[in-house]
Amino acid sequence: MATLKNLLTAVCTACLLAAVSPTSPALAAKKKEFNIAWTIYVGWMPWPYAAEAGIVKKWADKYGITINVTQINDYVESINQYTAGKFDGVTVTNMDALTIPAAGGVDTTAVIMGDYSNGNDGVVLKKGKTLADIKGQKINLVELSVSHYLLARGLSTVKLDEKDIKTVNTSDADIVAAAKSPDTTAIVTWNPQLLEVKAEPGASLVFDSSKIPGEIQDLLVLNSETLKDNPEIAKALTGIWYETIALMKDSGEKGKAAREAMAKLSGTDLAGFETQLKTTHMYYAPKDGADFMTGAELPRIMDLVRSFCFEHNLLGENVKSKDAVGIQTPTSTLGSATNVKLRFDPSFMKLAADGKL
Amino acid sequence: MTRAMNVVPPRGGRILLAMLPFVLIAIIYVIGSAERRAANPDDKLLPPISEMAATTKRLAAEPDRRSGEYVLWVDTAASLRRLALGLGIAAAVGLAIGLTIGLLPVAGAGFGTLFAVLSMIPPMAVLPILFIVFGLGELSKVMLIIIGVTPTLIRDLSLEVSAMPREQLIKAQTLGASTWQVAIRVVLPQIMPRLLKCLRLMIGPAFLFLISAEAIASDVGLGYRIFLVRRYLSMDVILPYVVWITLLAFLLDLALVYIGRRAFPWAFVQEPR
Repeated sequence: MATLKNLLTAVCTACLLAAVSPTSPALAAKKKEFNIAWTIYVGWMPWPYAAEAGIVKKWADKYGITINVTQINDYVESINQYTAGKFDGVTVTNMDALTIPAAGGVDTTAVIMGDYSNGNDGVVLKKGKTLADIKGQKINLVELSVSHYLLARGLSTVKLDEKDIKTVNTSDADIVAAAKSPDTTAIVTWNPQLLEVKAEPGASLVFDSSKIPGEIQDLLVLNSETLKDNPEIAKALTGIWYETIALMKDSGEKGKAAREAMAKLSGTDLAGFETQLKTTHMYYAPKDGADFMTGAELPRIMDLVRSFCFEHNLLGENVKSKDAVGIQTPTSTLGSATNVKLRFDPSFMKLAADGKL
Repeated sequence: MTRAMNVVPPRGGRILLAMLPFVLIAIIYVIGSAERRAANPDDKLLPPISEMAATTKRLAAEPDRRSGEYVLWVDTAASLRRLALGLGIAAAVGLAIGLTIGLLPVAGAGFGTLFAVLSMIPPMAVLPILFIVFGLGELSKVMLIIIGVTPTLIRDLSLEVSAMPREQLIKAQTLGASTWQVAIRVVLPQIMPRLLKCLRLMIGPAFLFLISAEAIASDVGLGYRIFLVRRYLSMDVILPYVVWITLLAFLLDLALVYIGRRAFPWAFVQEPR
């Protein structure tokens, strides 16, 4: 019996130790190795290409660090992993950066304003030609995502409310199959799925993100504490980014080869990739990205986004006002100044613009 | 010295031993949660139990701010309805086809291989086809459960029927029974307990298919809620839902055991309590 007791004690202790150690969040400190997660999206394809072409290693070596660029298959999962502390940075939209890591208490800083969706997200109706026809329809979309935001913004332009429609949560992986189903009449989704859905016979694109320019931004964010202790990671990443997208923009052979490689990495061909690129407003010049962050537009946009998030309980069920989570842009701070969890920092893009990286 | 296989815990000890792993898991959870909260007071990954209790209360006892519904109960009712329909239809179809294939050599030769092959198709792999054929409504969710569960039931029941002692069937025939009478009076009562056992084992897979179907396209249901709030890492909703689903499955299992023991006591004579 005594041995059994000892055994039990040993097992308990082992379990407790095992439980405690891996759950500790990544502690901020000076470090040499950094993990960045990315998912397939036209505006993020420069990352895997940069890793493949050795651009990541070149800049990492320059700053004496190691950068691992990892692909995650599922977009939401990549953000969740980042929020849980498994990654130091992640590619994410402005809205998801607010609702997942920032609302989850993980202080997050956007260091690269990569692009905004300029038609990559859209509302497609199989029955109806204008957005107003959506009234009373059942709409398949990924609920509480940028698609939902786009829909809400669209509805407000035709004086409709979310009460006038019914939403059905549909996984982005299955939305193309869903769109082919005869009882599906309305879909909101993003590229590359949007291209497929739009091509359905009789389908018409009635609203897209080019009508709300700048509101769906694709960012690279870093954990603010990691960034504070290791500014060189942001410098290296910014260097990688602008070197790679310069290649992407290049109209010559080198640019074509780069775009072809990115197309292949995202599972499409050059033509498909370039179609998607057309509906993506890339900030090719670091100065443009920095200017957008420092401009007066950003606080207005983030206020729209946070209002939507608060109205849909995305900031947390117990949050009483949209001011609970503070958002800091270079020009102003929205919401709680004592609980700033999402920051926009143009300083690294400015360094890139001045050629000081 | 007593052999390990002969050490039987006393009644009280048995309950204690059964509780021990649960208590251990709870302790590990509480420590992990406190640790993460200490580092980040807004942490969502391992919410403390008090927070989960508050969320559960809100979901179960307060109408939703936007829809005015009692979310937990609406979700549970929708999911249980789909599960009951799916499992019920699967049991009826499985029983009918399994019995036919097991009893009639012609049916066995004609369809036995077909169902052996069909049961190997992973249902999740044909999901896009299901959507296109059955649409995105309730039907496709129930169909996923049926497609996932039925082939296994058919195979198991037909094997059970073909393993029945030949003597019984011959005796029934010498007493003048037709094929129909043998099927209904001799075979059916004997495979009913097997069907219940099979259903018990299929509760897990049925829930798996249900949650998957609800995750992909839905507007209500337990799986819908979990995958919806997963978008913003609301573990304070997800964890109680997981516990609730587990409890429902456990109760369903108990109910099937109870029905089996009440309806077919002869089939459980050999089994220990």
